[in-house]
Amino acid sequence: MKVREIAEKLELTVYSGHSGLDNEVIGGYVSDLLSDVMGNADEGQAWITLQNHKNIMAVASLKDLAAVILVKGLKPDEATMMHSNEENLPILGTDAETFETAGALFKLLHP
Amino acid sequence: MGAMEFRYEVEGGNFSKAGHASSAVKKILKQLNVDARIIKRVVVALYEGEVNVVAHAHKGHILVNINEDEIGISIIDQGPGIPDIDLAMQEGFSTASAAVREMGFGAGMGLPNMKKNTDNFEIESQVGVGTTVRMTTRLS
Ligand SMILES: Nc1ncnc2c1ncn2[C@@H]1O[C@H](COP(=O)(O)OP(=O)(O)OP(=O)(O)O)[C@@H](O)[C@H]1O
Ligand SMILES: [Mg+2]
Repeated sequence: MKVREIAEKLELTVYSGHSGLDNEVIGGYVSDLLSDVMGNADEGQAWITLQNHKNIMAVASLKDLAAVILVKGLKPDEATMMHSNEENLPILGTDAETFETAGALFKLLHP
Repeated sequence: MGAMEFRYEVEGGNFSKAGHASSAVKKILKQLNVDARIIKRVVVALYEGEVNVVAHAHKGHILVNINEDEIGISIIDQGPGIPDIDLAMQEGFSTASAAVREMGFGAGMGLPNMKKNTDNFEIESQVGVGTTVRMTTRLS
């Protein structure tokens, strides 16, 4: 499923990386530990996290993740959004908690 | 192709630049048509090494050597050094500060990730002087 469709169905805010909205999402990964994501996430996954600093983009782009979803109403800062635009890697956001967000994404990808 | 060498500087404490060497090396390996799975392994190991210099040392540099068969990476820093390397290699061991942990670093997974994702991995360290990590990965 494309990032665009996930953003619509889960009513996520698209903060940046609009040019990557057609990235294909093949799964999700939930973690707030960067070296856990580095070691264990897979290409094409949407990463759900509460970390919103610039290093999330380094990790997401190095791992070829499809998108980053920020929970709890957290917003990315300017530098993070610029990096997201450069990498065509969308940062999305929701006011919902991690549990609800992961559950909704799982249901969407595994109907 | 002939052997190629690249050098990158790393600033201790500057998290905003962490990952620049990894992203440069990823681009180079892509241009060389290296297998995507091998690029992934190299990038994980290099990123963790880069972040360790940023998080734990004062400054450092990275030397990358690429030839037909393998990529060799040396990460050389000036910093506090590692008093007990076996302990540092254990998953979950970390001396990262509270501020660094708050950013999601400091899970104690970096060094184990580096070892897992390379074919050869060595650490030399002198307390109060610095640390050198050498790793190689076969490209085919
Ligand atoms: N270059 C270095 N200089 C000094 N100490 C280091 C260096 N690299 C690692 N260490 C020590 O080894 C410990 C374990 O390193 P490791 O990379 O596995 O975990 P971490 O950096 O603490 O957390 P993570 O990598 O999961 O974000 C560090 O907490 C630190 O004490
Ligand atoms: Mg580390």
